[in-house]
Amino acid sequence: MKVRQAEDASGVWGWRAVKLLTIAVYVFMFAPIIVTVILSFNASMFGGFPMTGLSLQWYGKLFQNEAVLRAFKTSIWIAILTAIVCTVIGVMAAMALTRYEFRGKQLMNTMVIMPALVPETILGVGLLLLMKWAHQPRSYLLLVLGHIMLALPFVVLVVQARLIGIKRVYEEAALSLGASRFSTFREVTLPLLMPAIVAAILLVFTISFDNITASLFWRPPGVETMPTQILAMLKISISPEINALGTLMILITVGLPLAGGLIGRILFGNRQ
Amino acid sequence: MEIPHPSRVPRATLPALRAVEGVLACVSKPLACYHLMTTTAVDLKSVTLTYGPFVAVKDVDLAIEKGSFVTLLGPSGCGKTTILRSIAGLVTPTSGEIVVAGRLINDVPIYKRNIGLVFQNYALFPHKTVEDNIAFGLKYRDVPRLEIARKVKRALDMVRLPGVEKKLPSQLSGGQQQRIALARAIVIEPDVLLLDEPLSALDANLREEMRTELKIIQREVGITTIFVTHDQEEALAMSDRIVVMNHGLIEQNGTPEEVYRTPSSRFVASFLGQSNLIAGTIASNTRGKAKITLDSGASIDAAAPASAKKGSKVTVVVRAQRLEVGKKAAAGSNRLQGRIAATSYLGGTAIYIIEAEGLKLQANTIIDTHVFREGDAVDVSFSPGDCVLLGEDDRRLA
Repeated sequence: MKVRQAEDASGVWGWRAVKLLTIAVYVFMFAPIIVTVILSFNASMFGGFPMTGLSLQWYGKLFQNEAVLRAFKTSIWIAILTAIVCTVIGVMAAMALTRYEFRGKQLMNTMVIMPALVPETILGVGLLLLMKWAHQPRSYLLLVLGHIMLALPFVVLVVQARLIGIKRVYEEAALSLGASRFSTFREVTLPLLMPAIVAAILLVFTISFDNITASLFWRPPGVETMPTQILAMLKISISPEINALGTLMILITVGLPLAGGLIGRILFGNRQ
Repeated sequence: MEIPHPSRVPRATLPALRAVEGVLACVSKPLACYHLMTTTAVDLKSVTLTYGPFVAVKDVDLAIEKGSFVTLLGPSGCGKTTILRSIAGLVTPTSGEIVVAGRLINDVPIYKRNIGLVFQNYALFPHKTVEDNIAFGLKYRDVPRLEIARKVKRALDMVRLPGVEKKLPSQLSGGQQQRIALARAIVIEPDVLLLDEPLSALDANLREEMRTELKIIQREVGITTIFVTHDQEEALAMSDRIVVMNHGLIEQNGTPEEVYRTPSSRFVASFLGQSNLIAGTIASNTRGKAKITLDSGASIDAAAPASAKKGSKVTVVVRAQRLEVGKKAAAGSNRLQGRIAATSYLGGTAIYIIEAEGLKLQANTIIDTHVFREGDAVDVSFSPGDCVLLGEDDRRLA
């Protein structure tokens, strides 16, 4: 009985420790975000505590800042393009890698994942050197291609994981009932794959929209993406405008996947 | 046209009649050939299928009659599923021909084959309603929409699940899902229905119920069916013919009774039902009856073909159900004295393990009065007619 109690007591303390640690981790993770969001509403010129009053002036300033708006548009377009191209190519690659047997499949599989493993700086410098060697100027195309390279592995990984879960018999059943390979993909594989595709699109969008390291190397002269713009602004001063901008970016990068997940759940939740 | 019996016509007209008969025979011969062609629904001609060094199916010849229910039975890896998948078009034979409904389909892609497939795990499209699942194959056959709705309804009636059109597969039980899968495969009126262990995912009670149901539906539709299973009970209960396979070869192809009563090899004898396999040597063989000296010392009589030569080594196969325990042996029966080593009492029947004159025998008997217990002395008897002899190559002597 006594032993039992002792065990229970240590169990209770153990759980308390776990709870405390968990809270600490969450505080550490979210405190910077919360601080940024709160300070974006601060009236003071100097981005810091204590707050001197509530104000939306920094947001107003932000929306009048031509450079920021241009960078924002650039980033959105690049992210959308990257998401579309990556998803199409990634789904096809994942299909090939899970559904077909061919020589060098293992190698292909590793190679397609590689850009996710190599440090971004190396990729950034590498692509830049390649372009120098080929006497090609840095262009929007290069920037988008670079982002596609960075994000493609994630699409392949996400879609592949889902494809493995979709039993082959579904496709075999469709084929046996008279659907061609394309009809089978359209009618059976694609609908079952949709949650993974939605996830992949959001993931790619976020990866592209957030990227700074590689973008710094690849962007054409005079072009800023959202993150590089923030970096440029930081070099001048820590303006509260940046807090406002950060808040907006958080809203987009967090809000999009959440919205996507919600849409996904409404669309497909009742089917699986 | 009716030909009068020769005894009822004048003698003079006989040659003329003979001529007519001859002509008729000539005409009817090709007709007979045609008849044969149309009654074979599926014809495999020396089909071989290899995966690298592994030979999954070895030079298999198999003709399946139209409207029949044929079971491919064997342990896993025996090639039965590979044969099914090659008929479906999911794998391509390395060599040989596959003819379905008179058409060579080796190079026809699966979606142009008109074949009904039912899988072990149903494989209903989870994102489509029952109705859309069943209608799936019809959509690719240019069936008008009203006709589709009518056919779907009829198919659901046939599998005794009317009114579930709008449900999703996940809202149905396993047995119901399998019925829908069956309806989906049958509704396209395929040349052949292929069933890949369709009952093995169901629990025991349901499996037996579905077994009967499946057989009734198959009879009603009259569809040629190939059924793959490793369950010998299913095979015996459902099939018109059983094809027993092992190591990519057909061991035996026959009716359930033939396969059960006269197993063609050691493998069939031990895979299907319980058998006693007893080694011995032919001491004499006259007029279909052989005296066999068993390795254990005893001597028995057994029905034997002429090919069972004196002095050759044989294995005697006796079904456990054919052994009589503790009864007065009929005249001409073999009788061995033994002792019960173990009893499994099953209510209506009992399984005895008996040590008799150096042999260990299993007897599955119906209990009339008395249940023997361990240690009881009993006589075991069996008729020479119930013995099947296997030669040294483990094949039945014929």
